[in-house]
Amino acid sequence: MKQRSNEEWLVALRGPERDKAIRDLRAVIVRGLKVNFAGRVRGLDETAEDFAQDALIKVLNNLDSFRGESRFTTWVQRIAVRVAYTELRRKRWRDVSIQEVLERHEKSGRESDALRDRTSSPERETARKMMVETLQSFIAEELTERQREAMVAVMFEGMPLEEAARRMDTNRNALYKLLHDARKKLKKRIEAEGLSPGEVLEAIGEE
Amino acid sequence: MLNPEDLGKLARALDMTREDEIGCDECFEQLDRFVETELADLDAAVAMPLVQDHLEKCGDCREEYEALLRALRAEQGSTSVSLIWARLRRLFGAD
Ligand SMILES: [Zn+2]
Repeated sequence: MKQRSNEEWLVALRGPERDKAIRDLRAVIVRGLKVNFAGRVRGLDETAEDFAQDALIKVLNNLDSFRGESRFTTWVQRIAVRVAYTELRRKRWRDVSIQEVLERHEKSGRESDALRDRTSSPERETARKMMVETLQSFIAEELTERQREAMVAVMFEGMPLEEAARRMDTNRNALYKLLHDARKKLKKRIEAEGLSPGEVLEAIGEE
Repeated sequence: MLNPEDLGKLARALDMTREDEIGCDECFEQLDRFVETELADLDAAVAMPLVQDHLEKCGDCREEYEALLRALRAEQGSTSVSLIWARLRRLFGAD
């Protein structure tokens, strides 16, 4: 495949050479996805081809928004990666509701209470317990129900932001901001009580 | 609602929390320049600290950033290999 400058890509994709340029671009996308999926995604070839098709449509519909701040192919690959990972996450988490995730978290808390680490000193255990209770009350007082849910799902249970957002009828960017606000509120509260997050870490032995 | 193992995660997240974080959209907008800076062997984290900060905090964006970097590295690799072959062919008069 011949190397094209940004300008040459745009001209080719909009002109009589369009079909050839689209084929070349599809090949670039497929290669990029395969590098990432190798050994990790079942049905590698079909999946990469499918995602490449979706990405290509998105690219062609948005050609006008390319501002030339990077190489054209970097811009294209960025879009392709977003399309592919959005779809992979959706598939991986398809059968999991946010309610289930919250319940799982609740349950794991009770179990870890029972299996408490007996190797740490009683002082450390007491400090940890006090910190948990203190932060628990800050969370209850400072955060909204929605912020608490998002925090448990994303921060503690590892649900992708995008998946939590879909279930909470919002989008990834807005959910990040919601969690950022939650973190800021908790940090301020901790500091207002004369503590710092660093000291919390120290108290539980995780500096 | 706070399990003992969450406490460390939360405290670390709060320790890293700053006023001026960017969101996923802004990160995405700047991601291609960030990755190209990195591919040019320049310090992207210094050039674009807010993107770096977001990537440290957001698992979704970090996953996509790593994938993009891998894709471009592979492309860059294959480009330089083909350039070397082109040069060798010229050198030996095969073209
Ligand atoms: Zn993000």
